[in-house]
Amino acid sequence: MAEKVLVNMRGITKTFYDIKANDDVDFDLKAGEVHALLGENGAGKSTLMSILCGLYQPDEGTIELEGHEVVFRSPKDAIAQGIGIVHQHFMLVPSLTVWENMALGSAERDFIVKENATCARIRELSARYGLDVDPLSPVWQLSIGEQQRVAILRMLFHKAKILILDEPTSVLTPQETEKLFETVKHMKEEGFGIVFISHKLKEVFEISDRITVLRRGRVVGTLSAREVTAEKLAEMMVGSGGVGEIKVGVSRKPPGKPILIAEEIRVRNDKGLVAVDGVSLTLRENQILGIAGVSGNGQGELAEALAGMRHIERGRLYFTVEDVTSASARRMVDLGVKYIPADRKGVGLVPNMNVAENVALRKYWRPPYRRGFFIDWDEVYRDSGYLIESYDILTPGIDVAVRMLSGGNQQKLILARELSDNMKVVIAMHPTWGLDVKATAFVREKLLAAKEEGGAVLLISEDLDELLMLSDLLAVMYRGRLMGTIEAPDRSHIEKIGLMMAGIASDGQGGKKEHD
Amino acid sequence: MDRGAKKSMIKIEKRFYISKGQELYIILASIILALLSGALMLRLMGVNPWEAYGMMLKGSLSDFYGISETLAKTIPLAMCSLAVGLAFTMVVWNIGAEGQFVMGALACTAFVRYFYTDSAIVMLASMTVTSSLAGGFWGAFAGFLKARWNVNEIITTLMMNYIAILLLQYFVYGSWRDPTSLGFPMTPVFPESARLPQFFASRVHAGLFFALIVALILWIVVRKGVWGYEIRVSGQNPRAADYAGIKSARNVILVMFLSGAIAGLAGMAEMAGLHRRLQPGFAVGYGYTAIIIAWLARLHPFTIIFVSFFFGALFVGGENLQIAMRLPLSTVQILQGLILFFLLGGEFFRSYRISLTFKKR
Ligand SMILES: Nc1ncnc2c1ncn2[C@@H]1O[C@H](COP(=O)(O)OP(=O)(O)OP(=O)(O)O)[C@@H](O)[C@H]1O
Ligand SMILES: [Mg+2]
Repeated sequence: MAEKVLVNMRGITKTFYDIKANDDVDFDLKAGEVHALLGENGAGKSTLMSILCGLYQPDEGTIELEGHEVVFRSPKDAIAQGIGIVHQHFMLVPSLTVWENMALGSAERDFIVKENATCARIRELSARYGLDVDPLSPVWQLSIGEQQRVAILRMLFHKAKILILDEPTSVLTPQETEKLFETVKHMKEEGFGIVFISHKLKEVFEISDRITVLRRGRVVGTLSAREVTAEKLAEMMVGSGGVGEIKVGVSRKPPGKPILIAEEIRVRNDKGLVAVDGVSLTLRENQILGIAGVSGNGQGELAEALAGMRHIERGRLYFTVEDVTSASARRMVDLGVKYIPADRKGVGLVPNMNVAENVALRKYWRPPYRRGFFIDWDEVYRDSGYLIESYDILTPGIDVAVRMLSGGNQQKLILARELSDNMKVVIAMHPTWGLDVKATAFVREKLLAAKEEGGAVLLISEDLDELLMLSDLLAVMYRGRLMGTIEAPDRSHIEKIGLMMAGIASDGQGGKKEHD
Repeated sequence: MDRGAKKSMIKIEKRFYISKGQELYIILASIILALLSGALMLRLMGVNPWEAYGMMLKGSLSDFYGISETLAKTIPLAMCSLAVGLAFTMVVWNIGAEGQFVMGALACTAFVRYFYTDSAIVMLASMTVTSSLAGGFWGAFAGFLKARWNVNEIITTLMMNYIAILLLQYFVYGSWRDPTSLGFPMTPVFPESARLPQFFASRVHAGLFFALIVALILWIVVRKGVWGYEIRVSGQNPRAADYAGIKSARNVILVMFLSGAIAGLAGMAEMAGLHRRLQPGFAVGYGYTAIIIAWLARLHPFTIIFVSFFFGALFVGGENLQIAMRLPLSTVQILQGLILFFLLGGEFFRSYRISLTFKKR
């Protein structure tokens, strides 16, 4: 393998407020290698890559591409030099088609957009790298996995030779991850340099050649993936002390009274299509109901309906005995129904508002936050300080816009707000997306604790390990329906679950029922 | 070949934060640059720039008369700016303060014409209400279209400005024209009971208190109150507003109503306090200048009052320049334009940082 060094970053320092997000970081990338970046939430991974792709300028330090020093004034410069990034929250224009998204921001600007030529190139690239998508379909119709393929294709389309993938797998199903890795391996053989960011060590070992660990903005070390163990990496990431294993609920209290009961509910998505089609479920005290399934099968709409954010067109929803079919989101919060949405920046937070204002978001209308006509910001600030402390949220301050926080810390903020008080029901979508190992364990413990304290939890996830670890009951969602449930699920059920996720019901109910 | 493209010496970067001190520097620097470039322009036209600036200052701020004139202009500017500032807080682009201002003036004139009584209290109170309602509904209509069918409010509010101004002309050239005005398009002068008091034999009128009270109320309600928080959330992220159970659609209509009502009230103050009769020339674009003022003041109600005063001085100073130095109106407008240009240019530096780097090869 050629040892050509594609990128050489030296002494990179970047300071925000008084936080050194990157502190004298050295990082290099060779042709034909996958270089993984590891580190806790807020360690500075995204910042370093944002510098490499021209989004931020470093305060100090230099970047060399194949031995020549470069200065990027904008992402455009970086793209022109063959650096492509797929962000943690990748952004495509939903109303445009795949090929239009590609043509957008193309380095070689033509006045006439060439549809046929563009589509032909996309087809060629997607065949070559196994990234199948239809160039003519509009982006909003695509699943997250497909959108990500589009985002990668877009970079190839712009002739990237260096590809940065910022937590690409956190939103993918295991099958999709597998596919992505095949693509990555193929690109590697062709001499691409690939930076891979992930919190999942298993994946890091599977795909990468070298690993650089960041801690609080500094490089702890760069190692060959073959020479290092998971324990060693974990220790490098968090310092001594290591990661506590989570104590999975041994105490199995028997499930209690039903709290949230959905009867045959039907819900439409934003496009007016039926997304949840006659789902019945019961959330009980002291129980975690897991829902597996490929994303886009109506899980999001189901969660929103249960949280009072989406109109229930048919069927009934009860909170114990109260009919809450058409209750508002606010009523549901007041009843103690907490909701952790999948889309943290789009729904769960107001990115331009500060930490305190985001802490107040779901409680401001009641005392102690509300005092008559006003909001008692002193109280909110006090609470925020407490949440930051107890959830270990890394932020420059309470009055800082939350868009400044790292992805994982944003997620922690949502969790802190939703899980902090008066919870009867928790509806959690992908609660550990983008969290580091420690925070993931912490959140899982929190969910288990919520259950122990009598809470009813609905856990929607694509991470089967997580579902098996936490759920007392597991249901699979496919095309808006539940394909039956499994009690006390464990690894022996994986095959059955896989079949159900593909729409093949194994026990009479759900699935192939006639449409009325 | 140098693969690293050009070595750049200038870096433009988005700022993540800015300190109060930096902000002050930027504003001072833009004012100084504006004055310098204006000086250059005046010099090229053969005018002594320092004399001209002296004139502007003298006309607007040096004596009681100047200050009073400046204050008289501050009133409508401040109220229209408070109006649009409220809408901007919710990221609703009310470009229609001008039309709402005109509707307010029309409504109170109609009230004087058709429901006249001797009691000043009754008259002024009813005019206040009528004008606010007129401006309010003029704005709320655009708000309703946005809330119900997602019609772009920039377009509707702008179009409704033209409708309001045409309505104004229809009445002053038509049935409301004063028969004794020798054919000039104006209504009869308002009777005594329909006038807001003016102070110290100047044109500063009680509308000043309207502006101050509205600013205070907005500061309390929007900056400190629960509702203000709600509209900021709705404006910044409507999906998060749903998540928090905030009724954004209803708030859009309400915000547009209140915004229009403040502008309408400004129209009433301008009629009852200053002109005391309706004539087409009273709407000179305060509603548009208000957009700039609100923006420069970062939507803060008290800052809006100060920035409005500054703009009032700019306008009065410009008038004085026309009179005292016989400069054509267009010159004055170019000068004002330059000042604006640099102030808005300074905005760029509030959100971007430019640094020069000198590197040895
Ligand atoms: N634009 C910004 N303004 C201010 N602070 C920032 C900004 N971007 C990042 N930071 C801070 O820099 C630190 C590093 O953030 P970064 O996003 O690089 O972390 P990360 O390693 O990608 O974490 P995660 O795993 O959570 O995504 C964090 O403390 C964050 O708050
Ligand atoms: Mg990150």
